[in-house]
Amino acid sequence: MIAAGVEDEEKWLSAGITGLQQNAFHMHRALDSNNLKDALKYSAQMLSELRTSRLSPHKYYALYMRAFDELRKLELFFHEETRRGCSIIELYELVQHAGNILPRLYLLCTVGCVYIKSKEAPAKDILKDLVEMCRGIQHPLRGLFLRSYLSQVSRDKLPDIGSEYEGDADTVTDAVEFVLQNFTEMNKLWVRMQYQGPARDKDRREKERSELRDLVGKNLHVLSQIEGVDLDMYKDTVLPRVLEQVVNCKDELAQYYLMDCIIQVFPDEYHLQTLDILLGACPQLQASVDIKSVLSSLMERLSNYAASSPEVLPDFLQVDAFSKLNSAIGKIIEAQADMPVVAVVTLYSSLLTFTLHVHPDRLDYADQVLGSCVNKLSIIGKLDDSKATKQIVALLSAPLNKYNNVITALKLSNYPRVMEYLDNETNKVMAKIIIQSIMKNETYISTGDKVEALFELIKGLIKDTDATADDEDDEEDFKEEQNAVARLIQMLHNNDPEEMFKIINIVRKHILAGGVKRLSFTVPPLVFSSLKLIRTLQNQDMDKPEDEAEGTPKKIFQLLNQLIEALSNVPAPELSLRLYLQCAEAANDSDLEPVACEFFTQAYILYEEEISGSREQVTALHLIIGTLQRMHAFGVENRDTLTHKATGYSAKLLKKPDQCRAVYACSHLFWTDDQEGAREGERVLLCLKRALKIANAAQQMANATRGSGGSVMLFIEILNKYLYYFEKGNNQITVNTIQDLMELITTEMQSDNAATDPAAEAFFASTLRYIQFQKQKGGAVSEKYEPVKA
Amino acid sequence: MVLVLAIGDLHIPHRAPDLPAKFKSMLVPGKIQHIICTGNLCIKEVHDYLKTLCPDLHITRGEYDEDARYPETKTLTIGQFKLGLCHGHQVVPWGDLDSLAMLQRQLDVDILVTGHTHQFTAYKHEGGVVINPGSATGAYSSITYDVNPSFVLMDIDGLRVVVYVYELIDGEVKVDKIDFKKTTAPQSPH
Repeated sequence: MIAAGVEDEEKWLSAGITGLQQNAFHMHRALDSNNLKDALKYSAQMLSELRTSRLSPHKYYALYMRAFDELRKLELFFHEETRRGCSIIELYELVQHAGNILPRLYLLCTVGCVYIKSKEAPAKDILKDLVEMCRGIQHPLRGLFLRSYLSQVSRDKLPDIGSEYEGDADTVTDAVEFVLQNFTEMNKLWVRMQYQGPARDKDRREKERSELRDLVGKNLHVLSQIEGVDLDMYKDTVLPRVLEQVVNCKDELAQYYLMDCIIQVFPDEYHLQTLDILLGACPQLQASVDIKSVLSSLMERLSNYAASSPEVLPDFLQVDAFSKLNSAIGKIIEAQADMPVVAVVTLYSSLLTFTLHVHPDRLDYADQVLGSCVNKLSIIGKLDDSKATKQIVALLSAPLNKYNNVITALKLSNYPRVMEYLDNETNKVMAKIIIQSIMKNETYISTGDKVEALFELIKGLIKDTDATADDEDDEEDFKEEQNAVARLIQMLHNNDPEEMFKIINIVRKHILAGGVKRLSFTVPPLVFSSLKLIRTLQNQDMDKPEDEAEGTPKKIFQLLNQLIEALSNVPAPELSLRLYLQCAEAANDSDLEPVACEFFTQAYILYEEEISGSREQVTALHLIIGTLQRMHAFGVENRDTLTHKATGYSAKLLKKPDQCRAVYACSHLFWTDDQEGAREGERVLLCLKRALKIANAAQQMANATRGSGGSVMLFIEILNKYLYYFEKGNNQITVNTIQDLMELITTEMQSDNAATDPAAEAFFASTLRYIQFQKQKGGAVSEKYEPVKA
Repeated sequence: MVLVLAIGDLHIPHRAPDLPAKFKSMLVPGKIQHIICTGNLCIKEVHDYLKTLCPDLHITRGEYDEDARYPETKTLTIGQFKLGLCHGHQVVPWGDLDSLAMLQRQLDVDILVTGHTHQFTAYKHEGGVVINPGSATGAYSSITYDVNPSFVLMDIDGLRVVVYVYELIDGEVKVDKIDFKKTTAPQSPH
């Protein structure tokens, strides 16, 4: 029987081919000599090779194709014969004398075709005769190929509308009837195939059977090609008959394949108009059939169809396609209690895609799908199946991709409920997708409610999860996530100050509850959002009385103080110091002296208690001096206190050059360009002298430790500061002071133990060039510089 | 002819979500030979993005940069020009031209590029040019109100440099051009 080695099979196949070729050779000779009798004899013998039971479908197919080619030649010969006067009816009788049934039926089909062509009898009668006669072969493999042959040779001779074989007695109904009958018989043979042979070979047999599926499916293809099959006929005859066979065969393989085949071969508009019938068959299929793939491909086709042209959309509405699909899916999921969760989610995902395409304006539909999904998930609980979570991500991404606007997704009440069922990792993935969508589409989230809803969605990124233990995720990943959140905070914006104040309060509430790790990422963006709001309020010029408005600059500053305090407790002293200074300057702009003073004090406390690295101190101090220099809201008392402190810090820096530079920077605290008040020439000079002293000390230290003079760079820097104030009209800086310093520098540079420093030389050279330039420029400046010798 | 992009004070993600889309579409890889960035990027993602535009990237440190390895100042020579780079928060009073000119003398450069004020400026003076490319994202600044996003492209050709300023005003990119010629090769001090 079939159980045989591959080698044996090869042997049998080649024996079959040899036999076939030998007989074909004799047949050709008979054809050449117009010997009908011999032709029939050898062709029958040739076809006898197809009676074998020893070949697998694959090999049998190879043999069949050779026979098929030979039969084409025979058909031509028969055609010639009838032209030469041989009666086709006689020929039809004659071939039935072949001894074996299989060759007899092949020959009959071949002659039958010629018969139809001759139009000496109605096509429908001949077709009916042939399709009935083929019942004589009940062996599945042989029967399938025989009927496949019949289908192949008859497909251009069907009495279709517009075909030459259409007549009074021959209508398209006959054509359809013929194909349907052949289809039904073939399917039966195909299904029966699985019961042939020992049970242990079942797997292999199913595989072989699967290879033959296209022979059966071909019939559906033929049906779809028949011109006369219009919607009515499809709906009334073709689809019900095909489905009847599909349902009744109760075979998993056949049902899945044929359902898919129906969906693929018939036009979309037919599906749309027969959704009831098609969907009605689904619950009747075997439970093991992969119904989700079938329905998914149906919905995918319909989605594409809807997308293809807006003109077809009314049809979708008319047949209420969404409701039908929705209820069909609901029923199937209900009926198949043990359907894997990935299949359930895939179904909903396809349905969602469908409704987003077909009914983009019906958010309630989308929400309904998500709702059904939630109901199902609530029974299953949190997902741990990676395939299923992937599908959920696809499901939740669909509305974002469709609308390119997260606001729409926020309107879907069931959206966050679906997210509940994701595990922590996937929840984060989804949250990132949401943020990306916001960034890509530059969607501004403009109300407190929406911000609240959004934070609910992405809470996986905002809060520490309950399971902190397993949250040992990569430092880099965490940074990336939190930076994404920080960017997101910039997108929460409304030009209306009142609403913006609400938004800021909501964000503050969430980030303060989010855990210490996140603060250094989330606090700065919120601080700057708040500072922007203060700017807006300033520009609005106090239309409203202060106490009526919800968010006044004062209130915002209080909030900022809290926020930065939380950040400084992390601890993050350097960042906090910078933010305090930013706030101080903003308070200065709002003329709120006490508030500005408070911020400065906080910054100073951090400087004194928390910032210990020398490099960090230098930067922090530059920022303190730079900010303080810009403050104009301070009264004398506050200013003196803060300035005094700053100069004190400067003199206490670790490295002498840093000390020197900070001290000369402090000179600017006593001298502002635009204000009359702060022009204290003496104190400026005091700073610069102090800086000189430190530069001297630095020089001596270098001498002592390295045995050579240190760089004169600092002296040149101070010289430049002298020139600066000299030009600004500080009368404490005289030509003499400048001249003295220049001489000092020249001497130092020429002294024997001076280290050569090309950078200092270049700096001094360019300073001298500058003096020359100022001398030649003309006007008041040149007059001033006149006495300076350089 | 060499194209140099001068850019800085992006403050991503503290003060701005991203570069404006219009700028992003203008800045494409392969056109720019050098990038000089004054600092305050502030995160690695932005550094990586700039690196994709041009691998020759020079950055000085802004006070918000997470990468502490950027230097405080940097000088480099492009063609006939010596360029100096510094964020500028170290130079008090902030944005003060005379103080920046002093830094320029100290670094001994023809072109000094600084940031911090978020205000585009380009001054020609006796010793060269001082340029501030502004903030590429139009980030909030305590110094400047109503910041427009801006950056600078310098076209350096022989002894000539053309400074193009790209500014985003009400959604439209405006371009301005400033010409600068170096009078002679290094002057001899006298």
